[in-house]
Amino acid sequence: MTKQEALFEYLLRIGDNSLIMGHRMSEWCGHGPILEQDIALINIALDHIGQAKNWLTLACEVEGKERTEDDLAYHRDVLDFRNLLLVEQPNGNWGDTLVRGFLFDTWNYYFAKALTNSMNTQIADIATKSLKEISYHKNYSADWMVRLGDGTEESHTKMQDALNRLWMYSGELFTMDEVDEIMLKDVIGVDLHLVRKEWDDDVNATLTEATLHRPPDAWMQKGGKTGIHTEHLGYILAEMQFLPRAYPDAKW
Amino acid sequence: MSKKNWPLWEVFIRSKNGLSHKHVGSLHAADEEMAVENARDVYCRRSEGVSIWVVKSTDIFASDPGKSEELFETAKNKIYRHPTFYDIPKEIGHM
Repeated sequence: MTKQEALFEYLLRIGDNSLIMGHRMSEWCGHGPILEQDIALINIALDHIGQAKNWLTLACEVEGKERTEDDLAYHRDVLDFRNLLLVEQPNGNWGDTLVRGFLFDTWNYYFAKALTNSMNTQIADIATKSLKEISYHKNYSADWMVRLGDGTEESHTKMQDALNRLWMYSGELFTMDEVDEIMLKDVIGVDLHLVRKEWDDDVNATLTEATLHRPPDAWMQKGGKTGIHTEHLGYILAEMQFLPRAYPDAKW
Repeated sequence: MSKKNWPLWEVFIRSKNGLSHKHVGSLHAADEEMAVENARDVYCRRSEGVSIWVVKSTDIFASDPGKSEELFETAKNKIYRHPTFYDIPKEIGHM
């Protein structure tokens, strides 16, 4: 694998995480439990989609094949997506959405923070610009974890259930493969072992405050980073890509 | 899910430093911290503000509309309280 190929893959992974996470959050539009939270979720969804655009635009530049970020978002199939399995998991109930957000946002914060030191200045710039938004997402999620984890008996049970269900997708946040190693060697990418340490401390502290139990690290699902996805991604793409595929010449 | 609404909060936003907070509307939230976060999402999406105040709507005590005559009408015939009888030097400009 050439360095350029690795860089393209790396950018796809970051961009696809934002894109799929953003799309999942946007599915809440009009369905939020209360008007104010409906707006909050959609703000976060838009943050993610804006970041996805920046990352995928840079990916196209690196690839140098005259594809645009829209081609990447709307004209790739499941196997070509590189997002983590965690972000494609269904919204479920309000607790499922919050726990998924909490696990991802906390990781995304330390990941993006490390990326601000990238030797690739374009990557460092996008990471710096995104970090303020991601920082808000992280606080938003942690705040809700504590509210509902340490809330009523019913809310506590739902949050613990969601945590137990989603935990098996948390391992993939920290797996390092050839792409990660090449990027790390050139000081472009991030050492996920260091991110793990920060994530562990932060997640443990919030879970303790939320009176929730950290599930044991058992079997972890992985594959999204290399294009092997859960069945959910296909349904996401069917909806997300319908318009540009049915009307390829459609313009705003 | 409980059908009971969260308490109502009145939201005040300072649009920039030097100006005072202005009432912009109201929203529901479980407590004051959530009220500030909700206000940020509902009322500050287009960089409308640099500071947010929230006050429980029930903590606002308002003047009685039925008493508006005795409260406000009486000032109307005291025009000497308006600074319209002074000549303002040109150098001062708009006051």
